Amino acid sequence: MIVAEPKPIKEILEMVRDYKKILVVGCKGCVTVCNVGGAKEVGILASTLRIAARKDNREIEVGEHTLERQCDPEYVDELKDIIDKYDAVISIACGVGPQFLSERYPEKRIFPGVNTKFMGGAVEHGIWAERCAGCGTCVIHYFGGLCPIARCSKSLMNGPCGGSAGGKCEVSKDIDCVWDMIVKKLMKEGRLDDLLKFRPPKDWTTARDGGPRRLVREELVK
Amino acid sequence: MNDQNSRKIIAFCCSNCASSAAGISHKLNETLPENVEVIQVPCTGRIEVLHMLKPFENGADGVYIAGCQEDSCQYISGITKAKKRVQHVKKILSELGIEPERIEAFSLSAARGQEFVQIARDMTDKIKAMGTL
Amino acid sequence: MSDYKSGSNLEKVLKSGTFAFTGECGPPQGANIDVLKKKAQHLKGCVDAVNVTDNQTAVVRMSSWAASLFLIQEGLEPNYQMVCRDRNRLAMQSDILGAYAHGIRNMLCLSGDHQKFGNHPGSKNVFDIDSMQLINMVKNMRDEGKFQNGQEIDVPPKIFIGAASNPFGDPTEFRPYRLAKKINAGADFIQTQSIYNMDRFRKFMKQVVDMGLHEKCYILAGITPMKSVGMARYMASQVPGMDVPESLIKRLKGAGKGKVAEEGIKFAIEQIEEFKEMEGVAGVHLMAIEWEHRVPEIAERAGMLPRPKID
Repeated sequence: MIVAEPKPIKEILEMVRDYKKILVVGCKGCVTVCNVGGAKEVGILASTLRIAARKDNREIEVGEHTLERQCDPEYVDELKDIIDKYDAVISIACGVGPQFLSERYPEKRIFPGVNTKFMGGAVEHGIWAERCAGCGTCVIHYFGGLCPIARCSKSLMNGPCGGSAGGKCEVSKDIDCVWDMIVKKLMKEGRLDDLLKFRPPKDWTTARDGGPRRLVREELVK
Repeated sequence: MNDQNSRKIIAFCCSNCASSAAGISHKLNETLPENVEVIQVPCTGRIEVLHMLKPFENGADGVYIAGCQEDSCQYISGITKAKKRVQHVKKILSELGIEPERIEAFSLSAARGQEFVQIARDMTDKIKAMGTL
Repeated sequence: MSDYKSGSNLEKVLKSGTFAFTGECGPPQGANIDVLKKKAQHLKGCVDAVNVTDNQTAVVRMSSWAASLFLIQEGLEPNYQMVCRDRNRLAMQSDILGAYAHGIRNMLCLSGDHQKFGNHPGSKNVFDIDSMQLINMVKNMRDEGKFQNGQEIDVPPKIFIGAASNPFGDPTEFRPYRLAKKINAGADFIQTQSIYNMDRFRKFMKQVVDMGLHEKCYILAGITPMKSVGMARYMASQVPGMDVPESLIKRLKGAGKGKVAEEGIKFAIEQIEEFKEMEGVAGVHLMAIEWEHRVPEIAERAGMLPRPKID
């Protein structure tokens, strides 16, 4: 899933300071799963905004709405009947959401309520970790099913670097050295030959380096 | 409700321990301050962040949770979860420039009638001192 | 020409079978050439080549190639270090061409410390290619006369290719294999991480020799003399991939006040003496960090002088 975290409330308050009618829009996709942008969090943010207004003796109206997904125009459309009542919209979907809202409702001020972090998963309840960098050409099978592009701090294709110590990355003790994992796994499986293979420089054209990406699936295009 | 001396306080009380304590306190003829409104819950572990925020939104000046001892919670980790959420709400309040002490969590046991009343009184005094939100 | 790959002094010394001795010099954190020249003068005549670090520990310094050129002017041979952190393959190749055209003949290809450790932790890193791929790219530029994209180079750079090896990095059992991989990728010589744990290094070298790696490239053992107990403690706990045994820290402490630095140098000299005899070790790389002025003394006492002149 796409993992996000809430923006600091102060930052959100600063963004919407000049607005009296605010709509908080959640998303039932990834951000619901990672407990940051679903219906529950819409309620929490809306309540927080109201408490802030109460404290400052300001009158505000905060609406709450959660879409099936914010990354699909058909669901974004759903807001068309209610959005007019509001001056500003805070989207707490990943970075895709507020952009789809901005494109669909260009006359509205749309604000991001979360910081989108990475593509990953929950390794424990309440703890998420990055797993994919979206490089566009997956080769994790060379590396025992572990991605060095996303999970090595230096994206080494021929690691580990000299900073790997005790299974941890030199950057932080909170980061597992993925190359330590790759090496141990492949050696255990008797795949030393695979480890000794030189992995040539990657063609980054399929990654973000090739410019903003677009995908066309002719069989699906109407 | 907003009279100077009766700041509204919402107390979420676990029906397994805090409410028994309340019962005992009643027998002891000890009464809770009038401004404390008790909401009985089967387990404090189900009180979500939003439940803790709502009273503030709706005019309360203080909120507290009274639940089990952490090592003898009826539902094992109910009070532990509630305490973590209280910490989270404290963070939200601080970010809003509101005293984080307006929300607290307490552990009680069923036999502690006097303590139950004392917590309500202490909380009332504290919130009174802070004034309205 | 000859059958040298680059014709650098370091290559000639190593090929002649002489026990090589390389030094290190960090470029200034500014445009202060005098400091650099002063450091260079200490090293002159004491070493076969001088490593010039590339924004070491991710701290901005004068560029490695520029500082290397000043060393050439001062009559020293640079070993131009390049890390993968700050440049993509375009910048790397153009810098290599420029460096070679200006007379640089040795390169050390490194991944580079993460920018988190340096003075611009908020910067974006590059890591377009890794150190293994850099080694291979320089080799193809030299031997095939081709850029990384396969296009031909008009006058290829003839560089003597160096790489690093950390015998103390984890997972330990893979380290000799990674060294082998670097040799296969094109490394002509290896400079190791600073060695303090001699037992572990002996074991590492035995494995390297058993694998025959020492016959495929020249291995220079890394030494950084300890200046103080504090430095030893810092190296032991704060520098990733460093193994400083407690016994060494004890020995330094035991030297007593004002004598720790001398004890550190003594240990370094003992190490050099052992490396001279150790199978598979072709030389020593002395990283006397901000201690360049002590290099002549160390070289003298370790019997490394005079340095050979090979034509």
